[in-house]
Amino acid sequence: MRSRYSVFSLLANALTGQKGWTPAWRDAAPKPAYDVIVVGGGGHGLATAYYLAKEHGIRNVAVLEKGHIGSGNAGRNTTIIRSNYLLPGNEPFYEWSMKLWEGLEQDVNYNSMVSQRGVLNLYHSDAQRDAYARRGNSMRMAGADSELLDEAGVRAYAPFLNFDDARFPIKGGLLQRRGGTARHDAVVWGYARAADKLGVDIVQNCEVTGFIRENGVVVGVETTRGPIRAGKVGLAVAGSTSRLTRLLDLRLPIESHVLTAFVSEGLKPLVPGVVTFGAGHFYVSQSDKGGLVFGGDIDGYNSYAQRGNLPVVEDVCEAGMALMPQIGRLRVLRSWGGIMDMSMDGSPIIDVGPLPGLYLNCGWNYGGFKATPASGWCFAWTLAKDAPHALNAAYRLDRFRTGHMIDEKGVGAQPNLH
Amino acid sequence: MRLPCPYCGVRDAHEFSYLGDAAPRRPDPAAPDAADAFHDYVYLRDNPAGAIRELWYHGAGCRRWIVVDRDTRTHAIAGATFASGSASGDAS
Repeated sequence: MRSRYSVFSLLANALTGQKGWTPAWRDAAPKPAYDVIVVGGGGHGLATAYYLAKEHGIRNVAVLEKGHIGSGNAGRNTTIIRSNYLLPGNEPFYEWSMKLWEGLEQDVNYNSMVSQRGVLNLYHSDAQRDAYARRGNSMRMAGADSELLDEAGVRAYAPFLNFDDARFPIKGGLLQRRGGTARHDAVVWGYARAADKLGVDIVQNCEVTGFIRENGVVVGVETTRGPIRAGKVGLAVAGSTSRLTRLLDLRLPIESHVLTAFVSEGLKPLVPGVVTFGAGHFYVSQSDKGGLVFGGDIDGYNSYAQRGNLPVVEDVCEAGMALMPQIGRLRVLRSWGGIMDMSMDGSPIIDVGPLPGLYLNCGWNYGGFKATPASGWCFAWTLAKDAPHALNAAYRLDRFRTGHMIDEKGVGAQPNLH
Repeated sequence: MRLPCPYCGVRDAHEFSYLGDAAPRRPDPAAPDAADAFHDYVYLRDNPAGAIRELWYHGAGCRRWIVVDRDTRTHAIAGATFASGSASGDAS
C-alpha cells in the first residue's frame, strides 16, 4: 500500500535524498474479466473509476488507455474550471463539479493545484450586460456564486485591459470568484493514484479494437492486449467516441473537431484570473510558471489531426491583441490541438446504452476539463445504478429525438458553431 | 489549409464557410418513417476518421457550394467538385 502524501512524507523524503518515493500507481496488466471496463484513461475515465470504487464499492474495474494516461485532451486543454452556465440542465451539474474541485485535493490526497483565482467574462454592450445579468442570476439559483461588475469593478480587478477600444469598449463583466484553474496533469495523476489505491487496474498501451457482443449485449472488448470481458463497458474517449461506436454500427450526434490552445513565454504576474473577451472568442489565464495560457475557437471543420491551422492562430492572436495590446511583442512558445467531441447541441451525453452493456460519456465539446469531477461522479452513478443521477438526467442521448436539447448558445444542430 | 475550388482554383480556406458532411440527404417529409429519418438526417453523423466528403461555401469567391474530398486525420485534400447536380449534398 502506497503511503499517504503529507508534509511529513515530504520532509522525510527531503532529508533522505528523495529516495523513498514509490510509483503513484501500478502499471497493471489486464485481467481476463472485470465488473466494469472504462475505456479512456483521461480525467473523465479515471474519475469514473475512482468514484465507482469510492462511492459505489465497485472495485473490480479496469481503465483501458491506448497510450499513456492523460495523453489525450486531459493534457491538451487550458485548465479552466468554472460553473457559469445558464440553462437548468447544465448549471447544477457544473456547480456540482465546482464543489468537487473544491474538495478534490483532500479527497484524493494529491495536489491538483486547484486555484480559485476567478473567471471574468467581459461584456461590451448593454445587451451583453443584460445577458450576463441573467446568466449570473441563473448561476445563483443553482447555488453558484456570481458578481456583475461594472467598468470600475473590472478596472479594479484587471486594470491592464484595453478598456477604451473604439469598437469594443469594456463596459463590465460577470465574475465567478470560485472559478479558476487546476493543474491538468495533476488531476489525472491524482485520480489515477486514488483509483489505483482502491483496487482499480489502470491498463496503459491497451487500445480497444473491437467489442465482444453476445445476443446483442456488449460483454467485453477486444484490445491490442487481448480480449477482456466485462459486465459493463463505459466509453469516456472524447473525440475518439465515433471511432469506437463505429465498430458497433452506431452513429452519434457528434462531430470531431480540432481546438488549438497556446502558451506564451513566461512573464511576471499580469493576469489575476481567467479573463474572457466578450466580442470574440478568446480566453486567457497565466500559469504558475508565468506563461499566458490562451485559446479561442475550434478550427471549424471535422478533424482528427491533433493540430490546427493558421487562420485560427491568427484569429485568436487578433482577439488577444484587441483585449490586451501589450502582449503584441510576446512570443508564443507552443500551441497544441485536441480533438473535441462536438455534440449537436453543445452539451454532453452521460447515459445508459444505447446498447445493452454499453454506457456513454461523450459530447463534451470544448468544455470537458472543468467537468472532469462531476462527469466521473455522474458516470460512475449511471454505471452503478443503470440509470442517470438527477444531475445528468438532462444529458440523455435520446434528447435529440425527443427535442429536449440543451443549447446554451442557441445555434442549433451545427457542431462547429457551438 | 487551401481548398481547390473548381471555379476559382486553389484558394485559402479563409474564403470558405464550412457546413459539414455531404452525406446526409434530406428525407421525404411525407414518408411514414419521416420522424426517424429526420432525426437521423439532422443529428446523426458518421464522423469518420479518414476520408470524408464535405460541403464548403466559397463566400469570398465564386459563391458556389462545393464538395471537398478531405482526410480528417491529415487534412490532405484529394479534390473538389461543385455540389449542384448529381454530385452530392442539398445545397444546390
